[in-house]
Amino acid sequence: MRLTCPNCGERDIREFTYQGAASMLDRPDPEAGPEAWHAYLHLRDNPAGVTRDLWHHGCGCGAWLVVTRDTVTHAVHAVELVEARDAG
Amino acid sequence: MRVEGKGRIDRGAPLRFTFDGHTHTGFEGDTLASALMADGVRLMGRSFKYHRPRGVTTAGSEEPNALVTIGSGARQDPNIRATTQELYDGLEARSQNRWPSLGFDVMGINDLAAPFLGAGFYYKTFMWPKAFWEKLYEPVIRRAAGIGALSGEAPGDKHEKAFAFCDVLVIGGGAAGLMAALAAARSGAQVILCEEDRACGGRLLAEVEEVDGQPGADWAAALEQQLRDMENVRVMTRCSVTGAYDQGTYGALERVAHHVGDPKGAPVECFWRIHAKRAVLCAGALERPIAFRDNDRPGVMMAGAMRAYLNRWGVVPGKALAVFGNNDNAHRTARDLQEAGVHVAALIDSRADAPNLAGDVPYYAGAQVSRAFGRQGLEAIQIRLPNGKVERLQVQGLGVSGGWNPSVHLSCHMNTRPVWDDGIAAFVPGKDAVPGMSVAGAARGRFSTAACLQDGAEAGQVAASALGFVAEVPQVPEAEDAPYRLRRLWTVPGKGRAWLDFQNDVTVKDVTQAAQENFRSVEHMKRYTTQGMAPDQGKNSNIGALAVLADATGRDIPETGTTTYRPPFVPVSIAAIGAGAEGKGYAPERFTTSHDASVSAKAPMIEAGLWYRPSYVPRDGEKTWRQSCDREVAMVREHVGICDVSTLGKIELQGPDVGQFLDFIYVNGFSSLKPGKVRYGLMLREDGTVMDDGTCARLDDNTWLMTTTTAAAGQVMTHLDWAQQAFCNKLQMRFVSATEQWAQFAVAGPKSRDLLNALLDAPIDDASLPYMGCVSVTVGGIAARLFRISFSGEHAYEIAVPARYGASLFDHLVALAEERGGGAYGMEALNVLRIEKGFVTHAEINGTATAFDLGYGRMISPKKDCIGKVMAARPGLVGEGRQQLVGLRPVSAIKEMPAGAHLFDDGAEPVRENDQGYVTSTCFSPTLGEVRALALVRNGRARHGEVLRLVDHLRGVDMRCEVTDPVAFDPEGGRLRG
Repeated sequence: MRLTCPNCGERDIREFTYQGAASMLDRPDPEAGPEAWHAYLHLRDNPAGVTRDLWHHGCGCGAWLVVTRDTVTHAVHAVELVEARDAG
Repeated sequence: MRVEGKGRIDRGAPLRFTFDGHTHTGFEGDTLASALMADGVRLMGRSFKYHRPRGVTTAGSEEPNALVTIGSGARQDPNIRATTQELYDGLEARSQNRWPSLGFDVMGINDLAAPFLGAGFYYKTFMWPKAFWEKLYEPVIRRAAGIGALSGEAPGDKHEKAFAFCDVLVIGGGAAGLMAALAAARSGAQVILCEEDRACGGRLLAEVEEVDGQPGADWAAALEQQLRDMENVRVMTRCSVTGAYDQGTYGALERVAHHVGDPKGAPVECFWRIHAKRAVLCAGALERPIAFRDNDRPGVMMAGAMRAYLNRWGVVPGKALAVFGNNDNAHRTARDLQEAGVHVAALIDSRADAPNLAGDVPYYAGAQVSRAFGRQGLEAIQIRLPNGKVERLQVQGLGVSGGWNPSVHLSCHMNTRPVWDDGIAAFVPGKDAVPGMSVAGAARGRFSTAACLQDGAEAGQVAASALGFVAEVPQVPEAEDAPYRLRRLWTVPGKGRAWLDFQNDVTVKDVTQAAQENFRSVEHMKRYTTQGMAPDQGKNSNIGALAVLADATGRDIPETGTTTYRPPFVPVSIAAIGAGAEGKGYAPERFTTSHDASVSAKAPMIEAGLWYRPSYVPRDGEKTWRQSCDREVAMVREHVGICDVSTLGKIELQGPDVGQFLDFIYVNGFSSLKPGKVRYGLMLREDGTVMDDGTCARLDDNTWLMTTTTAAAGQVMTHLDWAQQAFCNKLQMRFVSATEQWAQFAVAGPKSRDLLNALLDAPIDDASLPYMGCVSVTVGGIAARLFRISFSGEHAYEIAVPARYGASLFDHLVALAEERGGGAYGMEALNVLRIEKGFVTHAEINGTATAFDLGYGRMISPKKDCIGKVMAARPGLVGEGRQQLVGLRPVSAIKEMPAGAHLFDDGAEPVRENDQGYVTSTCFSPTLGEVRALALVRNGRARHGEVLRLVDHLRGVDMRCEVTDPVAFDPEGGRLRG
């Protein structure tokens, strides 16, 4: 498998570490309540099809990435920098 | 035996080798199989389950029978296919799975017990009594079944792994592959051509036919050379592409020096990961057998293989040979043998209406071979004539052809199923099976040479064009274009055992029986009978077994379906895949700048992650580690000690918003920290448990230095990357790891400031550097950082210099310490010092402990949010039910309190239900003169003074101890500030 890091270009999978679902980016407000925090921390979809994951380019530039890919075809549709998000 | 005038071997270059201790001679260009056949050796191995005598069946990597062990000792290499092992002078080969000898094998008795060893026998025979399975059945089965064995020694041969990149990867260098490579290469694309054999050509090396008016093999050699001469082409022979993976990644095994006696330092094998923008699969096709009674006798082989042995190596398996097939292609074998002057006793074609294409040979149309005779080698065959009568014919070799199966394997590696083609009665690759890969030639059922050449040329052109290269279809040379005609025939009916899977000993009856017992799904049949589960992965038997299953279940073949094709296409040794990842390649060593000094001082070095740190630094007269450790602890408590703490993670942060960032990272506030000050910080995971702890210093307004524990340095760095990029990307700040840039040493003990003042260019005092302060200093003109922090509870400092000065500074510090009654101390003393003070490490920060558990609950600032804060407050992570950090001191005659021991109420039975917690760290405290421990105990903070029962079931310890405050020494901290 290969990912195209927006900073470094196309690289082998060995440079990256899988870090879970991209929903970890949607951090609830501290006052959002236990249900929202429980869902944020523990509840995950398991789709057959398009999914969004976090990957860390630890053996490259150190960027956290959102990878949109297909769990059925293994096609990688997009790789985006977490840092480029409009947040924080 | 050799056939004069045939073969592409160098008869002027004899090579001596041994097989089972007997010396033989072959020639340059031979494989082990062809050289053995030349010397009349037909028996080359014993089968997996029944230990039946077996001989060579194919001429390629799909070989199921002729598996041998090459070499001995550390270089012993088992399960090598004699058909692909090139001969070299001095080669030592041994047969496998036989005892005492290949000719007389005691376990051959299994063959007589065959009625009890049929399909599913594992599941039926060895059910009862249950206890016998592990002790008796499994060891016996494992010894009896199986193939070659490993030596048990570390590999004596070098292996390598490598990466390669190209525009177009051509898999297979036969007629189609050569043309595909040529078409792509002429467009300027970067091309890699992988060919499993020692030379390109594929079937052209094994056939008598002309391409472009010259012998096919010569044409292939010339084109291979032409490609090698192009600088944008890399021709990799002896290289099998083993798997197709995501995003155009392919695995390939190159046999770099497997074909020479002395590798001269070269790796025997190299495992390649090739990334290709486009690939063309030209893997050719594999011939399939027809099952009939005892069709596994040595001497029975594929018709195409028999032709290859004749045409390429000039060998045949005997004086009188016969050929049996259901297609036109089989006739070529009889024709070539006849033309080479070999006696062809019969050509048998199961099709009654098929004309004889082989010339002047005895021809049996509409007949079938129904039985083979001869135990250790074929002696005769039985032919069933169209009228039902049988005839017996003396032959030593029989070539069989049930047709050809395209090598679809790689096209199926990404889970696309192959498609049944009724015209050729075989599976062909599914459409767009692997993104970026096309298939050409025999691999997609184009069987004539002319069709392969044309198909390959077009596929190469399309692949290069798709990448934007201006590619043309090259002129395709003239070649053989005979039609491929066959009428399907999978098995010849009759009594006795007809073999489908030679390598795993599966018969037609086994598959039929599986169907009768309702293992009707092809995947169930496979697992029940073990068909296709041997190293050849069913290359020779899958389609035949499918056909039998389809017939037995009243379905057609496409409806029955295939099993899943998985990488690797050929066996790949773990040594090749894992090359470079053993020993230090698996766990590299990281050394501090004081490493040499510690080693010179005879300090035993222990691992801390990948780092090596001194356990203790022994002095003359000290006989045990405890003596050294106790002395080092006392040295720090009374004088001054030096310890290399460079292994702790150091992360330098810069920018005006670092304070705000650290507020979000640590549970306690940092933005209020003044320049020149250091603060202890605790960071949580988002689930509320403690991730790591350490100090963070504000060096000046915009520069901060965070330290992490040695173990968690990488994890914390990744965590900071995450928090900054995901949630704080508007903050003005950056950070970088500086762990290896700075050498840092603890200077601990009452005489530490005295020591430093003898070292520093300008002296320090309480006013210029109070407890938890930091300053820039110079040492001999070198800029250094000085922190007044302590992990020992003593008045202590840590001094950091650029790493290149580390070794020199360490020596200097130790010398100054020794002048003051101190010296270097190691990990054992460091651990004792911190246990006495109740400081935590990852023994306590165990992945389940919360800030509350460790007694740091109040550090969580109510004024701000931080990672983990919300979840740390949830029910269940705080309160009386939690195991909390406490100290322990012994109150019974037994003083030992081992780490890992569990705690119970005094008088309670020591069982899991009564568990109150466990010991996390333990030491003998020379300062207090007794054993002290830290523990996590249920509701522990409310239980100081209570006596608990401590039981270590592993070490047989059962004693009583008192729960205390975690801080056993200097609870007021007067020594820190003094």
